[in-house]
Amino acid sequence: MKILVPVKRVVDYNIKPRVKADGSGVDTTGVKMSMNPFDEIAVEEAVRLREKGAASEVVVVSVGVQKAQDTLRTAMAMGADRAILVLSEESPEPLAVAKVLRKLVEKEEPGLVILGKQAIDDDMNATGQMLAGLLGWGQGTFASKVEIADGHARVSREIDGGTEEVSLTLPAIITADLRLNEPRYASLPNIMKAKKKPLETIEAAELGVDMKPRLSVVSVAEPSERKAGIKVGSVGELVEKLRNEAKVI
Amino acid sequence: MTALVLLDHEEGQIRKAALSAVTAAAQLGDVHVLVAGDASIAQAAAAVPGVAKVLHAADARYAHELAEPLAALIVSLAGQYDHIVAAAGATGKNVLPRAAALLDVQPIPDVIRIVDAETFVRPIYAGNALATVKSSDAKKVLTVRNAAFDAAASTGGNAPIEAVDAVDAPAVSKFETVQLSDSERPDLETARVVVSGGRGMQSEEKFHTLDPLADALGAAIGASRAAVDSGFVPNEYQVGQTGKIVAPELYMAFGISGAIQHLAGMKDSRVIVAINKDPEAPIFQVADYGMEADLFEVVPQLVEELKK
Repeated sequence: MKILVPVKRVVDYNIKPRVKADGSGVDTTGVKMSMNPFDEIAVEEAVRLREKGAASEVVVVSVGVQKAQDTLRTAMAMGADRAILVLSEESPEPLAVAKVLRKLVEKEEPGLVILGKQAIDDDMNATGQMLAGLLGWGQGTFASKVEIADGHARVSREIDGGTEEVSLTLPAIITADLRLNEPRYASLPNIMKAKKKPLETIEAAELGVDMKPRLSVVSVAEPSERKAGIKVGSVGELVEKLRNEAKVI
Repeated sequence: MTALVLLDHEEGQIRKAALSAVTAAAQLGDVHVLVAGDASIAQAAAAVPGVAKVLHAADARYAHELAEPLAALIVSLAGQYDHIVAAAGATGKNVLPRAAALLDVQPIPDVIRIVDAETFVRPIYAGNALATVKSSDAKKVLTVRNAAFDAAASTGGNAPIEAVDAVDAPAVSKFETVQLSDSERPDLETARVVVSGGRGMQSEEKFHTLDPLADALGAAIGASRAAVDSGFVPNEYQVGQTGKIVAPELYMAFGISGAIQHLAGMKDSRVIVAINKDPEAPIFQVADYGMEADLFEVVPQLVEELKK
């Protein structure tokens, strides 16, 4: 079984994003970019499934600018076998990405697609569900545990009140939540090896997918900052303030 | 204009966050709600003021709100609606993007403000920026943050209930089991007071130090991702970008340093209290009342003081 893992290049999670002065978006020039952390978990899960013998090949794909090949190389250093870069504008919408991925799924015929549950830039949390819809496949979103057996995936899902288990007929879509695994660090020898692994580049237009965004950004603004309040010296003072000043208890 | 709200439920009750989605949808036009589950839930939905009609899908395949059948059902009903809305919880986020893809629509998740029928404000970058976006799609599919909209009342309405038939969908998923953390406490996302613990709680056992305080305040208990990752509490306690977004009247943070991703989940609370031994903890920069102290000394004193 082949596993397809889409990955996204995003502003590194340690960087506090800055809104552009003209309010047109978040400034990404000269900012450190990394693989979306949830996608690292997806890559790790796919590689582990291959190591366990449940999968034979892990193919990573990114839809974005030329620079996204760095992200694909990182994924291959973690253990993915080969990569596909679909060139498009920066940060296309989940609907467009899902349509691109559908085309690749039709070509590659994976038994499983594992994605991160959301990208930490646009926080959409949609691509996996949309791909599943377009393909008519089952979806195990927000996964904290995955077991593959007898043509099925049994997936534990993080839901509002606890954990739910569903069973999906393969091929299927899984989106990774934080607790699914702890991604490995790529070792130097593996980083070197990844440079020699195959990376195919195609234009989104060649796939016949309309990449035009449906949402236009009217403006992007900083949220109103909270101001630090006061420090209290005792529990008695705290309770007095909460009762009589904030009137909240 | 009419909006269809997916009214999700848990253990036979409408989720309170779904009632916030009703309030949000009412800003867009008439509100119809879709209940996939027991008749008692449909009856409860009919009593929600502002609901003009309840669509009730009683077929067993919808009982667990699985995305595959439910998205297909929403698509079959979508024709007459301009907006399809759900609470931005696990169900809405699972089901609505799938339905949106089938409708060839780009969904708009986590809406915190409705500007007009096609323009919405939503947080991006873990709430570090707010984007105002305008949709060119014929239908808008959105999930809304319950913290940004008051919950609709649960009594006073009397909407008609209309049964809807099941529609075909790929039978590719099956519900197996669910484990809900059994809690007598209020729901974390909608509680008036939240008492939260971080890495400073030290252990699973010591995390229970917060129990008497939560009892005294009638509060829900939350946690930072660090506390969840350390195994002190299950993931459903997590407040933050990757957990639940809360905005209670009072949020009390114990032993939480205040990482950006945690602040993203609670900074819209009305009053924030932070107790931390570290005077440099970033949580103090957003706290209305801060106290540099050992939480294990403070919590029992607080419980005593509240009894007075």
